[in-house]
Amino acid sequence: MNQNRAATPVAEHTAHDEPGHGSRPTGDERAAEVTAAVRPVASLVAARRRKKAAASADQADRGIVADSDWRRPSVKRGLGGAHVLLWISLIVVGLGPILWLAKAAITPTQDILRTPMAIFPNGMDWENLSTAWFRFDIDLYFYNTLVLALGSWAMQILVAASGGYVLSVLRPRWGKIVHGLVLATLFVPAVVLLVPLFLTILKIPFTDISLINSWWGVWLPAGASAFNVVLVKRFFDNLPREIFEAARVDGAGPFRVAWSIVLPMSKPILGVVSVFAVIAAWKDFLWPLLVLRDPLKQPLSVRLPALENYVELDVFMAALAISTALPIVIFLVFQRMFLRGAGLGGAVKG
Amino acid sequence: MTWVRGGGLSALILGLPLLFVFGMFSWFPIVRAAIMSFQTTNLVTDPVFVGWQNFQQVLADPLLSTAVLNTLYFAVLALIFGYPIPLVAAVLMSETKRGKGILSALAYLPVVVPPVVAVLLWKTFYDASATGVFNTIVGWVGLGPFPWLQDPATAMPSLVLEATWAAAGGTIIIYLAALTGVAPELYDAAEVDGAGVWRKVWHVTMPQLRGVLFITFILQIIGTAQVFLEPYLFTGGGPANSTTTIMLMIYDYAFRFGSYGKATALSLMLAAVLAILSVIYFKATAKWSKS
Repeated sequence: MNQNRAATPVAEHTAHDEPGHGSRPTGDERAAEVTAAVRPVASLVAARRRKKAAASADQADRGIVADSDWRRPSVKRGLGGAHVLLWISLIVVGLGPILWLAKAAITPTQDILRTPMAIFPNGMDWENLSTAWFRFDIDLYFYNTLVLALGSWAMQILVAASGGYVLSVLRPRWGKIVHGLVLATLFVPAVVLLVPLFLTILKIPFTDISLINSWWGVWLPAGASAFNVVLVKRFFDNLPREIFEAARVDGAGPFRVAWSIVLPMSKPILGVVSVFAVIAAWKDFLWPLLVLRDPLKQPLSVRLPALENYVELDVFMAALAISTALPIVIFLVFQRMFLRGAGLGGAVKG
Repeated sequence: MTWVRGGGLSALILGLPLLFVFGMFSWFPIVRAAIMSFQTTNLVTDPVFVGWQNFQQVLADPLLSTAVLNTLYFAVLALIFGYPIPLVAAVLMSETKRGKGILSALAYLPVVVPPVVAVLLWKTFYDASATGVFNTIVGWVGLGPFPWLQDPATAMPSLVLEATWAAAGGTIIIYLAALTGVAPELYDAAEVDGAGVWRKVWHVTMPQLRGVLFITFILQIIGTAQVFLEPYLFTGGGPANSTTTIMLMIYDYAFRFGSYGKATALSLMLAAVLAILSVIYFKATAKWSKS
């Protein structure tokens, strides 16, 4: 569900992207760029090379403001001031709330309520964290979130990698139709799927199986991400076909080619898909709320709003802080991948 | 047999995960949505075809106009708050000589905070008492205290403010990527013609970003039309329905009142409006791009 929701707006990219492929010149450098960005290995290497070239050749690295502009006092003062303002506001707006949360997580309730902007007027209260973790079962919800994220990740990798391989490399006769149908789902807003998908999970058609309260109810729909399939297929399209031919001549079957040649070569794209999958699962709220009714199976995102009603404020803040810590760490570690991915997929995926 | 030897069978086996997952959880539900919107379902007896009844009932719902207006209000406010700021920030960021990486990380940080955490955190910020976080801050300059989420007049802007905070970073990164794609020669040429900084921004940068600006505009509209999390968690639609959005109505139809038919009818109507809007938009902007 979440994947669908996230992928929907990308449809517009694709819509813009396909016809613009060399036929429409105006404003479509962007489209070309998206297409290029979808081939991460090639574009990464190219970008690095370009960066190096830019560094060596002077002037190539320039932006709007030329060195001669910088020497004009009005520009220097105006832009300098604007930059100071930019730094201050980004620190306050971007980091401020997160730092406040970190502070509140170890502040007693009364201090949060009475003097929210004071820094530890009555000392810290580290016990909030352990109270939230052990007494209010944040450990369990954290574990549930991990299970959901890892399962969704595995499902998305399985579907995107095998599907992309079939559509791009094996190319059976029915491949074109399936590819078209996958692309078509990009144009359907997530809202359309919400209710019928829920009823499908409630009772899988032609069976008596219900996936309510089952991890599979979240994992399986997560796999149906057209965005991933398109991303991986495009990546495979750009792998040199001679290698597959050579392997086939040497007697490798389709499974062998997939396992020994394509999979090792597709680490970069699978990395991008992985990071998106884990983060999206971590963020997802509405779908697990609908599918996982049993509080013992619910992830953090679903439990937190419920906790708000019966947990003391300081412990609640600690719970919020714990829920935020891992995504932030993942972001800081994989920063490049995130920022590149956001540039290509749109804010929709972040 | 030739089909098997030609790799037909292995293609089918390898294609199975995709065919199953998409078939069951994407294609089938989409078709089902179209059918369900003409049925009433109570999950116990067989669904009954009722023609356009669901659509008529939704259109006759007195809450619909409120929800549509609220969603429009959210979308317009989100454009006012969230469209120009990332653009200005991205242009400024692209012109810094040092710390560009740190700046983009700072801008993107709110996007990484799980949306539920962001909303619940901001709910604390919006505490209506005089010692709430935001009321303390506005109190420093002698304003407030404001009731924020409790007042129909300020509830929606408060929601949009949080939504903008949570989303702006992503837009900034898109603009930054687009800005690096502007050919430096264009600036050189503009300088030869004697253009200053402002004129370069206006006559070189903006036209070059036009494609991206068009896309982010329509993407934002499509996104805000389906806004759910903020009204659901902040206010639950209140006070006095001042934050009830279309998505919230769909959720209530389906999961509070069990009117699955009405819920799908409304979601199909929303999707149709968005589709028509996108087509018109792309036709119109294609015309502007040419002239």
